[in-house]
Amino acid sequence: MIAQPAPKQEVLARRDAIVAGLRRLLPESGVIAEPIRLRPYETDGLAAYRQPPLAVALPETTEQVAAVLRFLHEEGVRIIPRGAGTSLSGGALPMADAVVVGLMRLNRILAIDYADRCATVQAGVTNIGITQAVQGTGFFYAPDPSSQLACMIGGNVGMNSGGAHCLRYGVTANNLLGLKIVTVSGEIIDIGGAHLDAAGYDWLGLLTGSEGQLAVVTEVTVRILRGPEGARAMLAAFRANEVAGACVDAIISSGIIPVALEFMDRPAIHACEAFAHAGYPLDAEAMLIIEVEGSPAEQDFLLSRIREICERHDPISLKVSQSAEESAAIWKGRKGAFGAVGRISPDYLCMDGTIPTGRLPEVLRRIGEMSERYGLKVANIFHAGDGNLHPLIMFDANDPDSFARAERFGADVLRLCVEVGGCLTGEHGVGVEKRDLMDAQFTPTDLAQQRRIKDAFDPLWLLNPSKVFPLVETLKQAA
Amino acid sequence: MSEALAPADEEGVVTALAEAYDAGVPLEISGRGSKRGMLRPVQAARGLSVAGHAGITLYSPQELVIAAKAGTRLDEIEAAVAAHGQHLIAEPPDLSGVLGVRAPQTLGGVVAANLSGPRRIAGGATRDHVLGVRAVNGRGELIRSGGRVLKNVTGLDLCKLLSGSHGTLAVLTEITLKVLPAPERCGTVTLTGIDPTKGVAALSAALGSPYGVSAAAYLPAGAAARVPALAWLGAAVALVRVEDFAPSVAYRTEKLRQELARFGRTELLDDGASRNAWRAVRDALPLRGEEGAIWRVSVRPSAAPAAAAAVVGAFGARWFMDWGGGLIWIAGPPSEAAHDAVVAAARAGGGTWMLLRAPDGLRAAASVIPQEPPALARITSAVKAAFDPKGILNPGRMYPGV
Repeated sequence: MIAQPAPKQEVLARRDAIVAGLRRLLPESGVIAEPIRLRPYETDGLAAYRQPPLAVALPETTEQVAAVLRFLHEEGVRIIPRGAGTSLSGGALPMADAVVVGLMRLNRILAIDYADRCATVQAGVTNIGITQAVQGTGFFYAPDPSSQLACMIGGNVGMNSGGAHCLRYGVTANNLLGLKIVTVSGEIIDIGGAHLDAAGYDWLGLLTGSEGQLAVVTEVTVRILRGPEGARAMLAAFRANEVAGACVDAIISSGIIPVALEFMDRPAIHACEAFAHAGYPLDAEAMLIIEVEGSPAEQDFLLSRIREICERHDPISLKVSQSAEESAAIWKGRKGAFGAVGRISPDYLCMDGTIPTGRLPEVLRRIGEMSERYGLKVANIFHAGDGNLHPLIMFDANDPDSFARAERFGADVLRLCVEVGGCLTGEHGVGVEKRDLMDAQFTPTDLAQQRRIKDAFDPLWLLNPSKVFPLVETLKQAA
Repeated sequence: MSEALAPADEEGVVTALAEAYDAGVPLEISGRGSKRGMLRPVQAARGLSVAGHAGITLYSPQELVIAAKAGTRLDEIEAAVAAHGQHLIAEPPDLSGVLGVRAPQTLGGVVAANLSGPRRIAGGATRDHVLGVRAVNGRGELIRSGGRVLKNVTGLDLCKLLSGSHGTLAVLTEITLKVLPAPERCGTVTLTGIDPTKGVAALSAALGSPYGVSAAAYLPAGAAARVPALAWLGAAVALVRVEDFAPSVAYRTEKLRQELARFGRTELLDDGASRNAWRAVRDALPLRGEEGAIWRVSVRPSAAPAAAAAVVGAFGARWFMDWGGGLIWIAGPPSEAAHDAVVAAARAGGGTWMLLRAPDGLRAAASVIPQEPPALARITSAVKAAFDPKGILNPGRMYPGV
């Protein structure tokens, strides 16, 4: 288990006064302090970790967020910003002496501007909610994390979320124009706007993916894009991971960048097929889902080129979708992958390293060896175009030894990603989960520089504490 | 100023900055000095150039990454990726024509200034493709952020923070960029004789179409006349570019001509004419030869025609627009009155400005970029101090006292 620091006793002792202070700032329903009603806030998508907070504040406006932060800052109380609580890295995990500031009531779409191709929404609007608001005119918001039905744009900014289509459309940071933020001391600041490339330091870039360490985001101006005329998928299955990897290299080298290029290994194929009956080839060692966009003729052109490349790699099977229904069937298994693994194992950890794509076969081989050593099954899903690897490590949370092995296995996978030239996290964030692995990727000097930036925004280290930075350093900082 | 420091390697940069830190000696940071005339003049005792720290260190075409030392000439990198049929996504401009310098620009300079060309509107800015950096901060410490993979959210994103920081936070020593396959073909649809308001509306219609427009610009007649590939049209022109495989370019430009016919008469520029026209737009060549000051103004595209009209009314500005109207290039007299008019126009358009070129006096006196509100200015000062506590890196380049 990952250790959390002891709560500040002097804060716990002032609990009633802190709750009363919050009640003065927010409507009646905006403060939660009863233990039973704090339960929904005790964890996020990293459900193995649970800790009810001191209280939950649910502001409805930016001004209320500012008032709450100003008050908590003056009181020296730790603050846990929270959207939908879908973080897979424990990014919204509370502490006993902390107040969760939930942004879900800031859920309004404030402006949609098709001529300038942008939308301004509050932080608690869901990711899919933005696309739903604009899709009637053929527009969409590009980043599409798997949790997009639930996750909120404020959290997407916090974690710099990606998705299956970011090879073509980029991650959250590449799709933002402006933010409204509240500093820890309660100051409201507008960053950027509806224009490109604000002058001055790139606050938009620094805040995106800062995991709630620097400020709380209350409004977001995103770019909206007109969707393509259409999209179509194909499926290609191969007899070895090496061959599928070589095929990915050949596609990219041919000058084609598919909008999605997803890789599944044998255990992932089997789990997804059992769950979704998508018609995946069970005799394959590796499978690619490849999607292209454009008019029907353009889709044909690209898919025929990709098909030729796949055929040079001795495929076990190839299936080119002829319709939207067939494309949906090809995607069905992949999109249900997490649920599928959840059916064959009581629990799983979803890892999120990135590797240079050329190292995939070697990395999968070594993950296989670890799987045997730890006695835990693993299924690998990989955004093959951009190197983002999601091993799903299966374990049983009712067995403490199984959980401990799963965590050690996961840490070994991430160290392996760094060793081959990659990184600890491609899109889920560091959170609590990978906090203590940061020194595998960064030197003490690198981390000290990042901590000094944190100091500049949050000198008392009240915002989303004991995350991102290795705990020992954080404690030193607080001392 | 005494002779510039010219370390030949990263260790040399570390040593030079550690010594400058100890002695509290401010340095003007540069590559080959091609952007020395941008923003405010730096008050420094010595120069430090990374031009000697050059060379490509990694290029993996099938992984879409290239890394090079900061002093590497950009044209060397462009040639290296072109040899593998790839290109730099943000299409960084070569501003030597408008800045009036002959020096070739370096990778470090382009990233430090976050310069992006016409493709910015579809493919992102230079900062969007900076995957990893190595840099030396104002304490003489080597720091690293990001890496050599395409997706990375590990820790705070210093790649973006250092991009566009104009050497005021750290000296970039090595940069890893994402690259993409270069398109097989490009084609451009033009609309001639169209006024700025209808022009921007046409650009918005094109950018809001499903046809994958990769660049969109508007040139008044005077600006178009200075671009050989456009001068024959003899009028103001709106330009829309498509880049893709040849059959797609043929199909999409035809669809765009149908879509845009309601705005006026369309023409099609072939691959060669397209490349020439967009290179001119990229490098601001319609303003080459203009005396005086040059500004870049970034606004919401629909506000651009009014902003352009305002500066034309105020001082007879010469101008053109890129980024679908979102970027206005403006030339005019190097006076405070003209600068104030540009600032007012940018503010009215809800946007921002940069005084790109002006005599030292105006650059030192004017807000070359917008002053930040007090709460943000305090963060700027604190973050500057977090990298460069003694203020030895390009002091005053962006803001007085920072």
